[in-house]
Amino acid sequence: MIGIGIGFKWFIFVVMALMATGSSLMIVTRKNPIHSALWLIVTFFSVAILYVLLNATFIAVAQVMVYAGAVMMLVLFVIMLIHLEWGAQWKSKLSFAKLMGGIITVMLFLQILAGVFTYGSVGQMGSYSTEKLAELGNTRAVGSLLYGKYVFAFEVASILLLVGIVGAVMLARKRKD
Amino acid sequence: MLPEIPQTLYYLLSAVLFTVGAVGVITRRNAIVIFMCIELMLNAVNLSFITSGSFLNSLDGTIFVIFIMAVAAAEAAVGLAIFVLIFRLKGTVHVDDFNLLKG
Repeated sequence: MIGIGIGFKWFIFVVMALMATGSSLMIVTRKNPIHSALWLIVTFFSVAILYVLLNATFIAVAQVMVYAGAVMMLVLFVIMLIHLEWGAQWKSKLSFAKLMGGIITVMLFLQILAGVFTYGSVGQMGSYSTEKLAELGNTRAVGSLLYGKYVFAFEVASILLLVGIVGAVMLARKRKD
Repeated sequence: MLPEIPQTLYYLLSAVLFTVGAVGVITRRNAIVIFMCIELMLNAVNLSFITSGSFLNSLDGTIFVIFIMAVAAAEAAVGLAIFVLIFRLKGTVHVDDFNLLKG
């Protein structure tokens, strides 16, 4: 994002951060799983806009296509397939296990906060600065890295996806016996 | 004049999203909602990868995020197939009703 003013960036960041936080809280608190799924799509979109703010345009598009498109379509399809929407009874009574879970999660959050505020960003600076990415094109830079330096990992990921497809088909087909 | 958005705020948002996802995994008992909360936690981690990569002028974080997305897609396909299978077997996806691995 070269040509946008700082104030507008802050505005976008604050709005999208609040939207992501609020919709993620809605995911956890809604009783009906379909409502949770739709709020999850809102979260994915706001995180995608934050990726655009961070100069990761390729990942922003991939986020919308893979998460908000493919994965959420699959989730909604399965929720409708197994008639979850009318069997959705969520007893919100406070049990001991839930209380302990809440306490443990708050401790986890405090630990993450301590990490965020204690450690600065360590690590080597890379060579892909904002100006270079704007000149080269984000997608072209990601592609040359993905098919160059990380080509072996890319092939392993393709095998993983193939195994996933075969596994899903094997699990979901009708049994004869 | 406002300063540039600091890195810490992005990490803070990532921490909040991760914690909300963890709360969902611990307190909800519906398997599909738990699955969605896991996706939310993966997204929080992706956000912090992209933030680090962006502030360090590196693209390695982006590559990691692409692989996380591939794994999440494969996980979604297989996991939802398992949920459908369990629903056929038990008639529910409430996780307290499964004790199939108890022996």
